[in-house]
Amino acid sequence: MKTDISCALRVDDVYKSYGTHEVLKGISLAARKGDVISLIGSSGSGKSTFLRCINFLEIPDRGRFVINGEEVLMKTGSDGRAHPANRRQVERLRTGLGMVFQSFNLWAHMTVLENVIEAPVHVLGMGRKEAVEKAEALLQKVGLYEKRNVYPAFMSGGQQQRASIARALCVDPSVMLFDEPTSALDPELVGEVLKVIRGLAEEGRTMLLVTHEMKFARDVSSHVMFLHQGRVEEEGRPEQIFGAPASARCREFTSSSRH
Amino acid sequence: MDFSWVSNYWPLIVAGATQTVLLLVISVGFGFVLAIGLALAQVSGPHWLRWVAKSYCTCLRGTPLLIQLWLLYYGIGSLLPMIPGLRSSFLWPIVREGFFFAAVSFTLNYAAYEAEVLRGALLAVPKGELEAGQAFGMGRWTLLRRIWLPRAIRIALPTITGEVVLQLKATPLAFTVTVMDLYAVAYKIRQDTLLVYEPLVVVTLFYVCLTILITRAFRVVEMQVPIRR
Repeated sequence: MKTDISCALRVDDVYKSYGTHEVLKGISLAARKGDVISLIGSSGSGKSTFLRCINFLEIPDRGRFVINGEEVLMKTGSDGRAHPANRRQVERLRTGLGMVFQSFNLWAHMTVLENVIEAPVHVLGMGRKEAVEKAEALLQKVGLYEKRNVYPAFMSGGQQQRASIARALCVDPSVMLFDEPTSALDPELVGEVLKVIRGLAEEGRTMLLVTHEMKFARDVSSHVMFLHQGRVEEEGRPEQIFGAPASARCREFTSSSRH
Repeated sequence: MDFSWVSNYWPLIVAGATQTVLLLVISVGFGFVLAIGLALAQVSGPHWLRWVAKSYCTCLRGTPLLIQLWLLYYGIGSLLPMIPGLRSSFLWPIVREGFFFAAVSFTLNYAAYEAEVLRGALLAVPKGELEAGQAFGMGRWTLLRRIWLPRAIRIALPTITGEVVLQLKATPLAFTVTVMDLYAVAYKIRQDTLLVYEPLVVVTLFYVCLTILITRAFRVVEMQVPIRR
């Protein structure tokens, strides 16, 4: 196995189907450290499913996954579908992938601070005091320090999403996964969340971003993948994808969602 | 109305109240732990275990508590002395008492009701919050202990409060197996003093006070996580 040290994430040939409906038909991706890769495409193109396959919230039928230089061991079941061979390995590798969900998914029975320190303390085994210090610094960074003792239900969508970004950052992920982070927000709240994500991109964090915000994707990405019906229809530098796409479908999609 | 007997019988009333509260605490405490197991078995157990848990709940919720109590007390209770060595063991003073059978049958019955409440609550926890736990590398046990169960219990809390109050009001059945609970005390006072009404009034006051205490206590627990309406 060839492992590129600068490669934070490498995914080859992912297939996934629900019943007879094939959602992913062989998608591959390689992210070097510091890459910001945007996945765009219309609804149903498979971009969210692909992202969720990377941390095995969806179990892919086939594919090869190398996360931070470590390959996920897969085995093939009696139905011909592959699945991770070792649950503990998946659990361990997941901690290196900070996931931000479309609907935030903050734990409603915990305050913002408790949400942020939960994984460091109860998964990584970090001391509580150290975790709190780290969490407070991160909350400061996303502008929520004053809200640290508030329960998620009492915050706006934008605040909740920023809190969930702090939660993902607190495990020191090698790759951040964003699953349409602004799609559930009111238009006036989108800006504050994008600002935080932009800041992370500028810090040089490795990120995968499923998004419908075309202008944002164009600004922050180092690489853009356009998915269509479960395949990568076109990929390349943002100026190419948005400026001079080769495929007709990609041209149609990017021009229709320019504004 | 004649309440002159109260000062004489006060120690007995307090002892009865203690028995009632003990029965309640034991059955709710152990019953709740059992209910968690039963609910999890129904929600995420293998097929046969689901069936076992489901049947248990159906049978225990489908028969009168009084009959369950008597089946235990007159059935198992008469078999126990046949177990070799039990009579001479340290357990005998406990298992020969009616209180033991009342506590066991109340626990088993409470668990069946509570399991159904918890089953619904476990299923009501938003899937996304569980996925978030998984996404951060939580194993099954951590996810259950930190997210799934605490979240479910909070969802179920108002219903649980009601169930505990109902359980309190089921405790007088223990009187039928010789337990000197609050109701048994009222009965004894009636026999001693030939007063029917007054002892019942005093005992009723006790039940009301206990109910107020229970609802207050659960209210405090509920307030731990404020809910936005």
